[in-house]
Amino acid sequence: MRRRRGAWWAYLVLAVLAIGYIAPFLIEVATSFKTDPEAASSPLSLIPATPTTAAYRTLFVNSQLPLWFANSVLVTVVVTLGRVLFQSLAGYALARIPFRGRAAIFAGLVAVMAVPNVVLLIPKFLVINTLHIYDSYAGMIIPLLADAAGVFIMKNFFESIPSSVEEQARIDGAGTFRLFWFVVLPMARPAVMTTVILSFQGSWNELNHFIVASQSPSLYTLTKGVAQLASGALSQGTQYPVKLAAAALMTLPLAVVFFVFQRRITNTTSGAVKE
Amino acid sequence: MTRGSGRRRIQLHHTRDGWLFVAPVLLILGLFLVLPVLMAAWVSVSDWHGNGSPFASGVGFVGLDNYRSILSGGGLAERDFGTSLRNNLYYVVLVVPLQTALALFLAVLVNQRALRARGFWRTAFYFPSVTSSVAITVLWLFLFSTTGAVNRLLSFVGIHGPNWFQDPDGLVHLLLGRLGVDSAPGALADHGAIGITWWDWLAGPSVAMTAFVAMAIFTTSGTFMLLFIAALRNIGEETDEAGLIDGANSWQRFRYLTLPQLRPTVFTVVTLGLIGTWQVFDQIYTGTQGGPAKTTLTPAYLSFSSAFNNQQWGQGAAIAFILFAIIVVLTLGQRWLLRERS
Repeated sequence: MRRRRGAWWAYLVLAVLAIGYIAPFLIEVATSFKTDPEAASSPLSLIPATPTTAAYRTLFVNSQLPLWFANSVLVTVVVTLGRVLFQSLAGYALARIPFRGRAAIFAGLVAVMAVPNVVLLIPKFLVINTLHIYDSYAGMIIPLLADAAGVFIMKNFFESIPSSVEEQARIDGAGTFRLFWFVVLPMARPAVMTTVILSFQGSWNELNHFIVASQSPSLYTLTKGVAQLASGALSQGTQYPVKLAAAALMTLPLAVVFFVFQRRITNTTSGAVKE
Repeated sequence: MTRGSGRRRIQLHHTRDGWLFVAPVLLILGLFLVLPVLMAAWVSVSDWHGNGSPFASGVGFVGLDNYRSILSGGGLAERDFGTSLRNNLYYVVLVVPLQTALALFLAVLVNQRALRARGFWRTAFYFPSVTSSVAITVLWLFLFSTTGAVNRLLSFVGIHGPNWFQDPDGLVHLLLGRLGVDSAPGALADHGAIGITWWDWLAGPSVAMTAFVAMAIFTTSGTFMLLFIAALRNIGEETDEAGLIDGANSWQRFRYLTLPQLRPTVFTVVTLGLIGTWQVFDQIYTGTQGGPAKTTLTPAYLSFSSAFNNQQWGQGAAIAFILFAIIVVLTLGQRWLLRERS
């Protein structure tokens, strides 16, 4: 009896909090279908009085949003593929290949993880500029291809699987790379999926690296383009429906991935950071 | 072939394969993480102004001049740096405790034994954490605009909300204003540190900054909630049940049985929070560019704008290194504290 009463108020508290977390996104979507005056006069309503797709038409016809979207997709796909390959190679080597210098590399990676990202803004620009890849896809993509945290996720996973399978394959005469590619990597699917999701999220949301790596409008990603929209690039007046439509569009692919892999994300994120 | 040389050959193979496997990651991290830090270290003690290579012969070594001009130069650079430290300090002091407490509260609620639709609640609280800071900032600019959702909600309880992102007034100054203290007492106005007076240090976060504080709590509490949930599961229910048998009520059980066991996780969350909150950049770049009246300027954004907008590359790099030092000290401090406890 007591526990049931406890549960009752717990649900009420949860519901109030959940509304606080969800309502902003519902307001975002609802407002993107409103007119400018209605967005200002009824900012809370979830059903537009005079629904319009004008904001979306503005974005697709009068802005570079389709280009930004394409750039974001390109960068995200290449970065994700590259990261997964490179960090599983490195993670495997650190977990399973007993080679000279392994301990030093491991220590180096731990140290590197502690360097905060925003501290690197100016320095990264200096190197990218010196290498003559400023303002190019190469400059936007290559520096993002390695992520020390992802190496640790893969390393931890490889350490957790039994080595008997590899030993059998090794006796059969497979070289290290063949062994890795055909035997080990297929077994690592759960960890690979985790790193795919984390890299996808990370590179889709990346902003500050692109700010220092490029300047041409033709290389804008969604984050950079929408950030500029926010400061009023397209508009007279506030144009909240247009801005919120852009925010909703850039959130959509993430939301899809999030809901498809929901269980894995909410379970692995904690596993990944826990250590 | 003897056994020994065969083993040595395998060892050589291992070494070759190992280095080949880690080569891509090492190369990229070396080029875009280690090398940049070294280059920036040079720029921070040089008079390079963005033209040509920082290693060209015309670029001079100026020692600690850049650091001196932002820490004690007496000019605009010093005042801006002091202002950005003050802004970020209030941000940290508000965000870290609030997000930690809220994350723990959410985790305890979601982790209850008899709860239904656990996955739904967890998803609802975590979703803001996966979305981009640009999209959330755009949303926030609308929610906290003069005619936005927040002010509409406030109007229901009879409060006339401010124009959040345009309002540079500090909360402490506003509070003192209510009490009739409108201008600085002489001692506070005449002295100060890093270019701003004690009176300005005590201004509190501006109204605009509090909107960013709310945003940080909204977007990070979900992530930290997951950490607390994982920790709560590791604790298990035995001690809780023991407490139940001894007749402790649910608050006593939480306070004296659960919370002490969560201590390591609390430390982790606080550290991650401290590291993250000193790096505010994306939101400021997207939302306010440091305004109104520089009250949302942060060291991370100032470092960027000094270099890229004002061509003060040496000062920008110096600010980045001071920020780096702050974050390293916080991280080491936390490690040290944790070791003391365990």
